[in-house]
Amino acid sequence: MNVRLYVWQRLTAALMVPLVLGHFAVIFYATQKGLTAADILARTRGSVAWALFYGVFVLTVAVHAPIGVRTVLAEWTPLGSRSRDIAVVLFGLLLAVLGFRAIAAVVLA
Amino acid sequence: MPETLLVSLWRGGSDGRYVSYDVPMRENQTVLDVVTWVQRNADSTLSYRFACRVGMCGSCAMTVNGRPRWTCRTHVSKVASNGRITIGPLENLPIIKDLAADMRPFFEKWQQAKGRFAPSKARTDPIERIAPDSPARVAADAAIECINCGICYAACDTVRWNSDYLGPAALNRAWTLVNDVRDAANVERLTAVAANGGCHACHSHQSCQEHCPVSLNPTRSIAGLKRRTAQAYLRGEIKP
Repeated sequence: MNVRLYVWQRLTAALMVPLVLGHFAVIFYATQKGLTAADILARTRGSVAWALFYGVFVLTVAVHAPIGVRTVLAEWTPLGSRSRDIAVVLFGLLLAVLGFRAIAAVVLA
Repeated sequence: MPETLLVSLWRGGSDGRYVSYDVPMRENQTVLDVVTWVQRNADSTLSYRFACRVGMCGSCAMTVNGRPRWTCRTHVSKVASNGRITIGPLENLPIIKDLAADMRPFFEKWQQAKGRFAPSKARTDPIERIAPDSPARVAADAAIECINCGICYAACDTVRWNSDYLGPAALNRAWTLVNDVRDAANVERLTAVAANGGCHACHSHQSCQEHCPVSLNPTRSIAGLKRRTAQAYLRGEIKP
């Protein structure tokens, strides 16, 4: 960990606080109201707002999580610094791909 | 009170083992007294390190029943359990022999963290006036009583896991100098502590604060460095 990664990790953490709360609110709303998959898709398809909300969420996760995993790998595995950094960049890309794929599935008509 | 104490001492290098000795128990006895008794009466080849015996020099730190402690300031009655006591060298440092740990990595990291005062004035310049109640001086004063005993370094989980980590003592020292308005090397110092293995590697477990014999709080100093380096980085004053 160095100051550059530290600033990115704290910045994305600060962004995620409202996003996580919003995500929980969506989950509680959808389950309390008993929304069906069709009800949810009707609200999300073609919605720029939902695409932006979850798009930013996926980006922050894809930056935040690999920085933490990098520290775990550094302290708990014998991986060299280069292979560790490659592994966490791939992990971040995987999170971004999975996240954007999920967003595309509910936002694109 | 039993008449003897069963003392297990680490003998040898990193491949050594604990060896037990019977040591006469006294009413007032420090752990350092026990170690000294063994060396003078049971085995003169026992290696250990001490100097002042009064908690000022910081050279007699060892692992006592699993905790890093100043042996000169630790009474046997406080730590002995059922008449037994186990004493080893400080952890997280190479073992030279027996109870003597190699302090070189500790002091090398002190230098890496730019723990040396860099004067900004010559002796002909007027003396800098520093208000004792200024925030920077208060922050420096709170951290300045470190005597380099290495106990925080031996207690730190992050040091154990990350061999590059500078450790609590070196970072605490850097924090006192960052708050010293007379110092001229703070860009270099902040750059050094903002790199990999610097202050941002700290997980704030606070073992340093828990074990520090002079009740310093290196975790707070490191948190201060994290803030200060982040500000300097965002302003473009340092480049990691």
